Amino acid sequence: MKHDPLLRRGMTHRRDFLRLVGLGGLGLAAAACGVGGQGGGEKVTASEAAEFWRGKSQNGRLSWANWVGYVEDDRATLKNFTKATGIEVDYKEVINETSEWFGKINEPLRAGQSIGFDLMVITNGIQLEQCRRLGYLAPLDHSRLPNFAANVGASFKDPAYDPGNTFTVPYMSGITGIAYNTKYVKEPITSWSDLLNPKYKGKIGMMGDSQELGSAGMFLTGADPEKSTPADWEKAAAKLREQRPLVRKYYFQDYIEAVTKGDVWLTMAWSGDAYSLAGPEVEFVIPEEGGTIWTDNLCIPRTAENPVDALKMIDYLCDPEVNAPLTEFVTYITPVPGTKDVLRRKADAASGEEKAELTEFLENPLVYPAEADLARLRRYRTLSQEEKEQYQKIFTPIVQDS
Amino acid sequence: MRGRLAPYLMVLPGGLWLLAFFAVPLVLMASFSLMTGNVVDGFDQVLRWRNYTEGLELYGDKFVRSLWYGLLATVACLLLAYPAAAWIAFRAGRRKSVYLLLLLLPFFVSFVLRTVSWKFVLADNGIVLGTLKGWGVLPDGFHVLGTTFAVVAGLTYNFLPFMALPIYVALERLDPRMLEAARDLYASRAQTFLRVVLPLSLPGVFAGAIMTFVPASADYVNAEVLGGTENVMIGNIIWTEYFVNNDYPTASALSFTLMAILLAGVFLYARALGTEDVLEAARR
Repeated sequence: MKHDPLLRRGMTHRRDFLRLVGLGGLGLAAAACGVGGQGGGEKVTASEAAEFWRGKSQNGRLSWANWVGYVEDDRATLKNFTKATGIEVDYKEVINETSEWFGKINEPLRAGQSIGFDLMVITNGIQLEQCRRLGYLAPLDHSRLPNFAANVGASFKDPAYDPGNTFTVPYMSGITGIAYNTKYVKEPITSWSDLLNPKYKGKIGMMGDSQELGSAGMFLTGADPEKSTPADWEKAAAKLREQRPLVRKYYFQDYIEAVTKGDVWLTMAWSGDAYSLAGPEVEFVIPEEGGTIWTDNLCIPRTAENPVDALKMIDYLCDPEVNAPLTEFVTYITPVPGTKDVLRRKADAASGEEKAELTEFLENPLVYPAEADLARLRRYRTLSQEEKEQYQKIFTPIVQDS
Repeated sequence: MRGRLAPYLMVLPGGLWLLAFFAVPLVLMASFSLMTGNVVDGFDQVLRWRNYTEGLELYGDKFVRSLWYGLLATVACLLLAYPAAAWIAFRAGRRKSVYLLLLLLPFFVSFVLRTVSWKFVLADNGIVLGTLKGWGVLPDGFHVLGTTFAVVAGLTYNFLPFMALPIYVALERLDPRMLEAARDLYASRAQTFLRVVLPLSLPGVFAGAIMTFVPASADYVNAEVLGGTENVMIGNIIWTEYFVNNDYPTASALSFTLMAILLAGVFLYARALGTEDVLEAARR
């Protein structure tokens, strides 16, 4: 090697880089003025809603973004839907976490572009509130949702997070409580304070989501998450920091595998997961201090290409006959109480093991919770944008170790 | 005329690609890193340099930890990859390409999937630890997942080929007559290695170290999948700031800080034991 090709290449590199930066300066000029906000999107008048639906018609296809394990493995409900309506469904399990999903759809929706989906499922909470306020969601045409009006339970209608169901219809609800592996935990777990027991050091899993974690902290400190104040948040965060050395990991998704395999022995968990995805030795409990109830909601992005088809699907799912087998599979709390009768009839007609299973299912308090259970459940605190920032500043550092 | 234009034309497609997908996003990110605001009300450009200082104050230790993990993984990669590359280059004979393929084989599987599969191997009561615990070799509470070791091991595994290939290329090009000459001059095997093989392979080591250290320090998958509460790396922080908190300015400022640190590190590294010495050694 006679000369120094590496160094020489470095020189031209640098010059090229400067040139690129110069051209990119155009982009800087565009970005320098900031990125405008679009708050206030949640205020939609009836005429604006009618305007959205004017001239839109059924296209015979629909793409749906959902969470893993949220329709049957053989997609029976979707196939029946296609049979009944002629609408082809392109179903994708692409949502792992609400915040991550929001990160993916934020830019295209802000720019008014399609996200490739006509229907998506978003949990009530920070991101749904952001989608509403940013005007990312299509206002629903309730005249085309007769099944919703007729069949969805009163307690699932007109929720605080979406008054009048302007943008959303509930898909399934679930409870955040504690799952534990009876192979390793020999005593019954009854309380959030069991997650503070030094006996289980390194075997405790917590959730990384700030709303879930914050709510758990508030149950631990005796505050009501729904009505909590910033002072309660600070107190809860202090408790969670105290707990930190005992925690194996702050999970976003894969906790159920960890508790099934025994990497953690007890962990914060969602009811349906613990029931349908975990091994038989995993128990789920709603702690005596209470648990969090959340709702995953069907909604239509404003830029959807097939919104009428999506609306059709939403209404279809509110039919008890349709919803019953779906509920049987996902084992979460359905917003359609009529499914209980459908399943009871099915149980009466069945015999042997199937009958026993169905009867047990109907009595499962995690699917059809009793009033007493429901009374112990709390929702996430509804947060304004300022509160959200304060809330996350208090709780995310616990997960981030800072 | 044609001759003079040709190189530019050849650079054009790649250049445009870089411009569109590297330079422009980079400039946008630089702009974002000085803004303030939130995702609902919008972000305003206020040239807020405090985004940088605050990021360093809050997450300084995560930067240090990431660089430390990157360094550990690089050293581990070097120790593992060098003998393997040397063996393939010198001893594998006609089967060289087969062994190279074996080295690259894990790359045919998705990065995340490979990392997740480690969780099965290292599970507290999995095939390895469960068995050893059953034999009484390990105490019951012993675990690997959720420790620094698991994260660094994951990084090492995932970036090993980046180290092995450049070293292999450097060694493969080595003229066998040099080795013969060394032997003719009564050099022992150790001397041959230290005075001939090693210096000649340094450019490969140099390239391999950079290609391992930079992505390993910026990685977040390994810490997320294999780590525990004390293994959060700066990549995880940037991920959370971007996706969970939607705090784009902080995420951008942290990204730029990381980039600056890595660039400075690579530059110093190149200065200290980098290109010139390496090339000098190669010339000797």
